[in-house]
Amino acid sequence: MSAANPNIEPEIYKPKEISPRKKHYKEMAGRFFKNKLAVIGGFFTLLLILTALFAPVIAPQDPTAQDYSKYLQGPSSSNWFGTDDLGRDILSRIIYGAQVSLQAGLISVGIALAVGIPVGLFSGYYRGVLDEFVVMRITDAILAFPPLVLALALAAVLGAGLENAMIAIGIVFIPNFIRLMRAEVLSQREREYVEAAKASGISDFRVIFVHILPNCLGPILVQATLAIASAIISEASLSYLGLGTQPPTPSWGSMLSTGQGYLADAPWIALFPGIMIFITVLSINLFGDGLRDALDPKTK
Amino acid sequence: MVNFIIRRLGLMVVILFLVSIMIFSLVHITPGDPARMMLGQEATEEAVEALRARLGLDLPLYQQYLNWAGGILQGDFGNSLKDNTPVLTVLMQKIPVTIQLSIFAFFISLLIAVPAGIIAATRKGTFWDYASTTFALSGVSIPPFFLGILFIYIFAIILGWFPPSGYVPIWEDWKQSILLMVLPAFAVGIRLSAEIARMLRSSMLEVLGADYIRTAYAKGLLGKPVIIGHALRNALIPVVTVSGLQLATFLGGAVITETIFAIPGIGRLVVDAILTRDFPVVQGAVLCMALAVVIINFLTDILYSILDPRIKLSGGN
Repeated sequence: MSAANPNIEPEIYKPKEISPRKKHYKEMAGRFFKNKLAVIGGFFTLLLILTALFAPVIAPQDPTAQDYSKYLQGPSSSNWFGTDDLGRDILSRIIYGAQVSLQAGLISVGIALAVGIPVGLFSGYYRGVLDEFVVMRITDAILAFPPLVLALALAAVLGAGLENAMIAIGIVFIPNFIRLMRAEVLSQREREYVEAAKASGISDFRVIFVHILPNCLGPILVQATLAIASAIISEASLSYLGLGTQPPTPSWGSMLSTGQGYLADAPWIALFPGIMIFITVLSINLFGDGLRDALDPKTK
Repeated sequence: MVNFIIRRLGLMVVILFLVSIMIFSLVHITPGDPARMMLGQEATEEAVEALRARLGLDLPLYQQYLNWAGGILQGDFGNSLKDNTPVLTVLMQKIPVTIQLSIFAFFISLLIAVPAGIIAATRKGTFWDYASTTFALSGVSIPPFFLGILFIYIFAIILGWFPPSGYVPIWEDWKQSILLMVLPAFAVGIRLSAEIARMLRSSMLEVLGADYIRTAYAKGLLGKPVIIGHALRNALIPVVTVSGLQLATFLGGAVITETIFAIPGIGRLVVDAILTRDFPVVQGAVLCMALAVVIINFLTDILYSILDPRIKLSGGN
């Protein structure tokens, strides 16, 4: 009878270990890519980003170059989307307009996140009088204003222009992120891992930023994506009303405003930028909805 | 219930107080002299000085606020800088117009959303469900001003079915008034209908899976009475909340829709006043809109508790 050699380890099949976090991300990506509409939305969003980034390469003409010999010309082989009342190429203006829209979406949501996340985090973690009677009541008051009206009033006070429009839109979005972040923190703060972190003696600052914040980012990411779509509409609305991007910088909203005066004779001036806003916002919404379903399949 | 209403009323007063401070601050947060900002850089120093004295801008800030808020509580919203008309008179002329547009738009949104939501939920996974969901997502994504322009182009310019823009009071010529309201009401209402249809679909799906619905089917009831009599009644509860909370977005949509369709409502008043820097009018009109949102939210909360007595309202949050 041969005794087993203690120096030789028996060969046991060990499945390749995947960390739970990696597995979670893999499942999430799987759920996202199964959602065809979300993938289409993501694809168009990516296309918009590339268009904005490479506008100088893609645009067939200078978006501000005026050519009165081409006044209000319909779509043709030389000007695919036609020309406007100053003979400018609409396709080129739409391509450059993507830069403005994307910038407005990202920066205004960035402003809202920069204020909303820390305020929501501290408010939800410490609660108390400051949370209940100051932060929540101020957010209640801001939410009482119709968002576009508040953005309009702020843009009017700050002065017309893209920068001020982005600040105004950002301010309008802040309460939404404060409330969402606070709600997330409230649901996390009583959990065992937070108790354990606190018991280990680390500072509140570390508990909040290293332990709680990463667990709250999913819904914030989804909300931020959907807010970008709203911010693009808001910027276009402000530009339509003359308080956003100023001429001659091409903006989809101001192009629509110009086009409205020529609807009977040159409908393409208004229709193409309108369609672009619609496709962009729809794509980002589809992407955001898909992201939400992938992060939390229960909401589907 | 009474306790809840009292607490909720108290909260409403606090919110309105903060709202009034914010609206008052609008004129003061800007760098520089508010009187100069209202009149523009071209105005003479005397004109600026006169306006400053007229608006009491030389008084301490807290006193300016107390004067302004005290005036509003007594119905004095100040006078328009444009033609010196009392702001309250201007608001009283504009509010009924926006209310008319809102009622039309709300009616249209329900007319579209309720069948769309029910069809999507009862025929889940079919073509109708996808069509309804796509409509809802498109409706949320399409900017109201583009929808307005698109409607003018298709239904007024190409087909000639409706006048492109304008407004006639309903008591002057009801036929023309309704014709003029159709396109703007659809432009505002479609977005709201998209939100309601989305909410109704998910709410119906949840209710249709409940035990009491299965019991209703088990009792031998057929589809329609179960869906309308049992499921829809309960599924409408969250829809009431959504509709109420959407008012703020709805009023925002009205601002731009009224501008596109040249409707002399409170939305267009805000835009015109902002563009002409008529700040007493801006303050009055924005306060009116915020007041409407706060009151509707309050009523929505009350209605919510009446529709679903299970909801505990003691916290008021």
